[in-house]
Amino acid sequence: MRNPQLTRNGELQHLLTLDGLPKAILEQILDIAEPFTEVAEREVKKLPLLRGKSVFNVFFENSTRTRTTFEIAAKRLSADVINLNVATSSTTKGETLLDTVDNLCAMGADMFVVRHASSGAPYLMAEHLHATKRDHISVVNAGDGRHAHPTQGLLDMYTIRHYKKDFTNLVVAVVGDVLHSRVARSEIAALTTLGVPEVRVIGPKTLLPTGVERMGVRVFHDMHEGLKGVDVVMMLRLQNERMQGALLPSSQEYFKVWGLTPEKLARAKPDAIVLHPGPMNRGVEIDSAVADGQNAVILPQVTFGIAVRMAVMSMLAGG
Amino acid sequence: MKIHIQNGRLVDPANKIDAQQDVFIDEGKVIAVGAAPAGFSAERVIDASGLVVAPGLIDLAARLREPGFEYRATLESEMEAAMAGGVTSLACPPDTDPPLDEPGLVEMLCFRALSLNCAHVYPIGALTVGLKGESITEMAELIEAGCVAFSQANTPLVDTQVLLRAMQYAATFGFRVWLQPTDPFLGKGGMAHDGEIASRLGLTGIPVEAETVALSTHLKLAAATGAKLHVTRLSSGAGLALIDQARAAGLDVTCDVAAHYLHLCDMDIGYFSPLCHLEPPLRSQRDREALRVGLAEGRINAVCSDHTPVDDDAKQMPFGESEVGATGLELLLPLTLKWAHENKVPLIQALARVTSDAAGIMGITKGGHLGVGARADVCVFDAAAERVVTRASLRSQGKNTPFLGVSLPGVMRYTLVEGRVMFENTP
Repeated sequence: MRNPQLTRNGELQHLLTLDGLPKAILEQILDIAEPFTEVAEREVKKLPLLRGKSVFNVFFENSTRTRTTFEIAAKRLSADVINLNVATSSTTKGETLLDTVDNLCAMGADMFVVRHASSGAPYLMAEHLHATKRDHISVVNAGDGRHAHPTQGLLDMYTIRHYKKDFTNLVVAVVGDVLHSRVARSEIAALTTLGVPEVRVIGPKTLLPTGVERMGVRVFHDMHEGLKGVDVVMMLRLQNERMQGALLPSSQEYFKVWGLTPEKLARAKPDAIVLHPGPMNRGVEIDSAVADGQNAVILPQVTFGIAVRMAVMSMLAGG
Repeated sequence: MKIHIQNGRLVDPANKIDAQQDVFIDEGKVIAVGAAPAGFSAERVIDASGLVVAPGLIDLAARLREPGFEYRATLESEMEAAMAGGVTSLACPPDTDPPLDEPGLVEMLCFRALSLNCAHVYPIGALTVGLKGESITEMAELIEAGCVAFSQANTPLVDTQVLLRAMQYAATFGFRVWLQPTDPFLGKGGMAHDGEIASRLGLTGIPVEAETVALSTHLKLAAATGAKLHVTRLSSGAGLALIDQARAAGLDVTCDVAAHYLHLCDMDIGYFSPLCHLEPPLRSQRDREALRVGLAEGRINAVCSDHTPVDDDAKQMPFGESEVGATGLELLLPLTLKWAHENKVPLIQALARVTSDAAGIMGITKGGHLGVGARADVCVFDAAAERVVTRASLRSQGKNTPFLGVSLPGVMRYTLVEGRVMFENTP
């Protein structure tokens, strides 16, 4: 079976998932991102790598942060950026995903940055571009359903590497709603590929997917046990609609058992770093004392996110 | 018309024949097997040298999409597909629009089918009005109109009291109840088998328990009511084990599997292929193995195509949003032969699963065998030849199959319905 995100020469053609992406490419993206972090500190925050290219941000699901950081990244590379909030336009008029793609191609798109509520939607787009011989147009997955959020996974890896230097001696815990989290899936894939010897997931059984242990992780339900001796704590966002119902009784109980408080964090190594993909629910999955504390690297994550997205875009369309 | 099918390998499971024997047909019936009857002079001779001559296939689940979904397929297109697939009798589930819950609708479908003069169509009536699971249908009237059994198609019956009553009522007349076991809550919002693959791909899972919980209920209620239960489209080894247990306890129950499930599992979803979006979901490799073995051992009684033509637009969607189902009429024989070959099942036994055994489940006696006096529904095929499945090779309006581009054994040469040659494909 053809790998839909790599060219025949094994180079990155689209970025759809981190699951199955070769370690060399992951490292290459992180390496390329490195110098881009300095662009933000320059007086002229621009590089000409994507000059003349059109990047379409196609968001079938609402997002502010991810869309904005992609927009900034593309603009810093001198691309023309077109934002389409499809959640409120064509599809409500009955246009299919592929019709939207064809129309945007006709407008001269060079790259699609796509967010969609259905797992696999960016694959459908990439497959369609391939079938219609438009392989020069790239697709970047900015989050599809529960499946993947590869640039988030990459910026998390960049953050970990920035603070910890080496992946091969780390214990990393991913905490919370793994079941519904595309971020968690991308993080787990990247961590295991980059050689992290122990990846843990911590959460109630209702929020862990079936067979999660076969993704190469150790499963914990108890925070005190699961956080013992970890170097990195990766918190996940708990969606409002899941805070009470059949999955969880209440946000209060969730916070009591799985919320990251200074007491629970004390089980981790003293120099442990705490990540969160944002937006945070203070008092639900994370205590403000931790979110604003010295272990948190949540704001640097956002900054690195722009550099990582610049790296991905320049690799896909800058050649 | 007098037809002589000569030099073929006659495989007639019902009559336990697997030998080189000629078949003689007149007035739509088989009039002799082996030696020609005195004074027989054929108007047409079909040379079946090197070919298998078998009863026309009987498919326990083929959606013809009429009434209501004519943009997906029509009786004309799907009848042509049936003929190309050697399927001469088929049961169609009641999930049309409107559902087959009124005698008038069933009569109209039968009339339309009859006027096309192709495969014999046996409608399955809706068990409840509108398949809504609230009130039972006029079963006696529906049987008179042409139904052979009752089912809920893919719509689970939520209210178990209604299910109990429906089974009791059907049992009053000895009518068959066909149920596809899916718990409406455990499978809610699900898209794929709840396992490692669905977890990795972020697809909402449908646990095996969605099948076993519903199946336990169905089996208990069948035992309590005495209804003749047929379990359609089993998907898991655990489900089959429940049927084994129920049989050991004395329950007379039959079951079938759709041909796709003998060859595919959740891993075939690959990179979100909507062609593998099926209902029930493709389960694990282990389940597939259990189904293959169960079918070989006769614990699963029949193979059906679960033919579901879907238009391209409805398939070219993200996996979870795409329409479920696969086209299957033309793949029923090839997929059955592939399974038989791989599991070393003798041809006569394999064909029984799509002819005589299926006829028994449907309760028809005129088809499914080629004994003297039987309806001359015949298929003649090359069991050794292989053919690649392509969009162009499929007559069905639905081109939606995970087997596109795959080479499968079994090339149909002739299909006869009541002694009329309805399909011919000679090299």
